[in-house]
Amino acid sequence: MSILGTRVVRTEDPVFLTRGATYTDDLTDERLTGALHLTLVRSPLAHATISSIDTAAALDAPGVVAVVTGADLDIAPALLFPGANKAMTRPFLATDRVRFVGEPVAAVLTDEFYQGEDAAELVDVEYEPLPVVIDPLAAADDETLLFPEAGTNTAAAYGHDSEPDADFFSGCEVVVTRDLVNQRLAAAPLETRAASAFWEGDHLTVYMSNQNAQGGRDEVAGWLGLDKDKVRVILPDVGGGFGAKIGSDPEFALVAWLARQQGRPVRWNESRSENMTGMVQGRAQRQTITIGGTRAGKVTHYRLDVVQDLGAYPRLGTFLPMFTRMMAPGTYDIENVDSRARAVVTNTTSIAAYRGAGRPEATAAIERAMDLFAAEIGKDPAEVRKLNVVAPEKFPFTTKGGVEYDSGEFAKAIDLALAESGYEGLRAEQKARRERGDVRQLGIGVSSYVEITGGGAFAEDASAQVHEDGTVTVLTGTSPHGQGHATAWAMLASEQLGIGLDKITVKHGDTDLVPRGGGTMGSRSLQTGGVAVHQASGELVDLAKQRAADLLEASVDDLELDPENAAITVAGVPGKSVTLAELASREELKVETTWDGKKPTFPFGAHVCVVEVDTESGKVTVERIVAVDDAGPILNPLLCDGQRHGGIAQGIAQALLEEVMYDEEGQPLTGTFADYGIPSAAELPSFDLVEMTTPTPVNPMGYKGIGEAGTIGSTPATQSAVIDALSHLGITHIDMPLTPMRVWEAISEAGK
Amino acid sequence: MKVEITVNGERTSADVEPRQLLAHYLRDSVGLKATNIGCDTTSCGACTVLLDGEAVKSCTVLSVQADQQAVTTMEGLDGASDGRPEHPVTKAFHAEHGLQCGFCTPGMVMSAVSLISHDSDLDERKVREGLEGNLCRCTGYHNIVRAVLVAAGKDPDAEQKSEAESDALRTAPGFSRGEAGA
Repeated sequence: MSILGTRVVRTEDPVFLTRGATYTDDLTDERLTGALHLTLVRSPLAHATISSIDTAAALDAPGVVAVVTGADLDIAPALLFPGANKAMTRPFLATDRVRFVGEPVAAVLTDEFYQGEDAAELVDVEYEPLPVVIDPLAAADDETLLFPEAGTNTAAAYGHDSEPDADFFSGCEVVVTRDLVNQRLAAAPLETRAASAFWEGDHLTVYMSNQNAQGGRDEVAGWLGLDKDKVRVILPDVGGGFGAKIGSDPEFALVAWLARQQGRPVRWNESRSENMTGMVQGRAQRQTITIGGTRAGKVTHYRLDVVQDLGAYPRLGTFLPMFTRMMAPGTYDIENVDSRARAVVTNTTSIAAYRGAGRPEATAAIERAMDLFAAEIGKDPAEVRKLNVVAPEKFPFTTKGGVEYDSGEFAKAIDLALAESGYEGLRAEQKARRERGDVRQLGIGVSSYVEITGGGAFAEDASAQVHEDGTVTVLTGTSPHGQGHATAWAMLASEQLGIGLDKITVKHGDTDLVPRGGGTMGSRSLQTGGVAVHQASGELVDLAKQRAADLLEASVDDLELDPENAAITVAGVPGKSVTLAELASREELKVETTWDGKKPTFPFGAHVCVVEVDTESGKVTVERIVAVDDAGPILNPLLCDGQRHGGIAQGIAQALLEEVMYDEEGQPLTGTFADYGIPSAAELPSFDLVEMTTPTPVNPMGYKGIGEAGTIGSTPATQSAVIDALSHLGITHIDMPLTPMRVWEAISEAGK
Repeated sequence: MKVEITVNGERTSADVEPRQLLAHYLRDSVGLKATNIGCDTTSCGACTVLLDGEAVKSCTVLSVQADQQAVTTMEGLDGASDGRPEHPVTKAFHAEHGLQCGFCTPGMVMSAVSLISHDSDLDERKVREGLEGNLCRCTGYHNIVRAVLVAAGKDPDAEQKSEAESDALRTAPGFSRGEAGA
């Protein structure tokens, strides 16, 4: 029986559950002995010029070895996203101007951690406040400029080369339009950002908490002006990433620079409140949707206009609206699709990828549009979806968003979700509660989604080596932070080689071991790195057969792998065999390979969310969430379900709870976990997962990605469910997050 | 100030600043790194340990407050097991996939140990409320709740079923709950 598709518990867990994982702040590498602790002095103002920085008092404080300001640095400000407006660079320590609360202004280096906290308080920075712009729509007007030399706050624009066609919707019987807020979220991995660096001659080693060692190396090397081969980046265990730990952070390069300048290793581990302003955040789109079609329910036209808030310095957020535009039509076969986007800077924390990165925003928009359209024509929202999804016979299907969907059964996914939820019964219960005038009203939300996974990075390296003792080492360029690659990749190798999981070690996240790699992001790992490991392991068997052919004096065609004994045998000749370990003892038995899928894949699914809304208080309780997430064949259902669970929870959290907020002066109002609404176990139900399997033709295993599916499907289903519970009051839309206050206000407003 | 704290059955002592947090004592003075610090506000629970048998967030206890007391961290649960999870709670977290990145796990495990020791008749609702002070960003809690129920000797499938049956939706015609966690 194949190990693939079976529920294998994680091989990485025993250490995690006994001694604990080793995160960047836990390192005991002796080359970090005597490391200085870095404490950053961060701007308390959102927009200001710096008149002076006085470090004298801090320098006199106990344990202080150095206080460094931007004037001391010899590294130039960096453009943190290459495609953005070239004038919007970020200094590694601000010198003349700060642009968001939390921007680093000075670096304090101490022998011990507590000393740094004390001394940072003593750095005296004089600021002259400047006008603050928080709202991206206001920023787009360019009245207050963050980078006067740029002459604009727009860092990038997509589809703005021509004016929108004023007659676009002229043929439609029904047209509905709406402004939406896809609110700013904090990724909030439980492990905050951390880095440690030391130099050996002109060789730099940086440990960092990150999703991609190779990308981190390239950025650090680029920012510091070093050759890539002089920089080694190592990722120890990583305590969650969710997109926000893609690539390096300016602070990591600063740690490396300070280590060189001081001639001592430097360690940095930020606090949560620093993380809530200093680490990149996600979403932050303002959207205008317009949907048009026939009274019978056929959607023929869709327009999406996005203003992406980038925060103070353009980072990966600049790219997000491109994903949003690509995925704009979602699962629907819409003849006319039009979209444009603009990305603007504001005096807030920078925006980058966050679980789904541009695709949840696209799905939230089209799903809201479908609901509004259904409400306008008085039809069931699930029916309207089924009427408009791409038919299975149309795949591969090229959308008007300009991408080719590989495979899909969108209507079937909706049907499965409806059946599992008992949709008809729920509607009957809803009707009964409305007739009784119950305080607790029932809402049912349906979402249909398709996402792009492995978008933009389809290739990955892998190597597999059998050692003399019969153990195997697998190297991968993907880089897990909780997903369970060590188990999954070992399963793939074990399947091909016939060697047990306990003898297979998967290594990752070290640029000396794996110089090329794309890391783990965008749900890409299995379909790229996993397939590469499958390929490497298969090639290793081929290599073993070639070597065995000489040894056993047999034709390669007559040889086969005996998976029971991890040996090459001659077909039909019992006893004539050689084990892989024996072959490895004669000559290195190793292959390195690259798998290039050449295309992304398109997992899809449908979610049904059932909520109860207390119409007197506005409190929402999620009663059920049914998730159909089709990512093709499942390598390990245990890992796959875990990814789905986490995604669903984050999706519900966006719909109901989470929002990064600032006041008009740009002061964060959600700067700690005491203010920011991360759900606990008590706010969530258990989830109902429904299986469905549609392989992709893009790779030989049929694998698609799963990491972000739950989030993409559950957010619109949950938002829809709450609005659905209140639709009989005339409520057709409430912006996320649908907090009790917001829901209560909408009910109160509707009652007037 | 000098403190003496028994950590996982062993006497430890150090000269510490009065303001030092117990979490930093465990990590820096004793060198046990499983206990993690995830926030500044006692919100996340990643640093939860047992202090004389009671679950506390070690970022909210000063080392000096723990003087002459006994602390148990996750390392103390399976200390003699040669790196294998054998404590009922760690075993259940492994079997039920109750962890992903692992950062919240030591605190989550210690909260679960405390919860189980205080209530011999746990159900899904009690577990969810009992873990309210421990945040996880990866798992959506689904499998953590299952793990705690398993460790408490409960059948998580039956518990989740009864949770569904007890809610108001049982009256809905056609309402059926799928096999949660399947």
